[in-house]
Amino acid sequence: MPEFDVVELPEADHPEAGEEAPDFTRPLVGAEYWSDASLSEFTDEGPVLLVCFPMDGAFPATYVWNEIRDRGWGGDDADLTVLGVSISTPYEHGTFLDERGMEYRLFSDPDAGVAESYGIEHDLDGMAGVTEHRPAVFLVDGDRTVRYAWAASEWPDFPDYDEVEAALDDL
Amino acid sequence: MSDDPDITLYRLQACPFCERVVRALDEHGLSYDSRFVEPMHSERNAVARITSKRTVPAIVDESTGVTMSESANIVEYVERTYGDGADAASEAESGTGAAGGA
Repeated sequence: MPEFDVVELPEADHPEAGEEAPDFTRPLVGAEYWSDASLSEFTDEGPVLLVCFPMDGAFPATYVWNEIRDRGWGGDDADLTVLGVSISTPYEHGTFLDERGMEYRLFSDPDAGVAESYGIEHDLDGMAGVTEHRPAVFLVDGDRTVRYAWAASEWPDFPDYDEVEAALDDL
Repeated sequence: MSDDPDITLYRLQACPFCERVVRALDEHGLSYDSRFVEPMHSERNAVARITSKRTVPAIVDESTGVTMSESANIVEYVERTYGDGADAASEAESGTGAAGGA
């Protein structure tokens, strides 16, 4: 354990397993273009792993997506869609995807409205006026019911990837 | 996704030629999906695959099977297909085709 105090985040009020995941529409960025899309468009087709992450370029964003990419989530399993969301602009998402060599798609949520509806806002200390998503993972099934939920309680904090994988296996 | 618009517009943010097409679509009450592409011309492969060019604006109209680029052509197509007396106009055009210049 570190000698210094880890920053504790206030209690998150996010949807828990068994509750409905809020729907939302935001620009969704892929390798070649972005276009407005809704979470429900994807859950209508099957389960979605929604990964909320700090702004592109910060080390948590890099660590989280490198891990997900390396574990290949959603790659072989055609049934699962992995989608990310951060406050970064579509241009930043484009660069981020390109630099990581990732085939995932990321929602752009600059006003953190999705963070608000999921109860995972994080007002950044030292960056006046900037609110972003705290690290969080929601596994949402085809009925848009949350099957697994995790949100950071410290800053920084990272998902328990093995626990997420266990939830994926339980689908 | 059955209520998806038939028209997809490939556009670049703040591109005046794209906005011209948006105005034409709006004037005719047409709904459309926007796909915003890369500012870098060389990276617009999504557009190149549908029109074999990398210029925007470009539209795909599923209801007519039309794919085209060049804002002047698109605006003319929208007016001819969806404007007042569209049927008469398209019959008049059918002999000459839509191959005109830029």
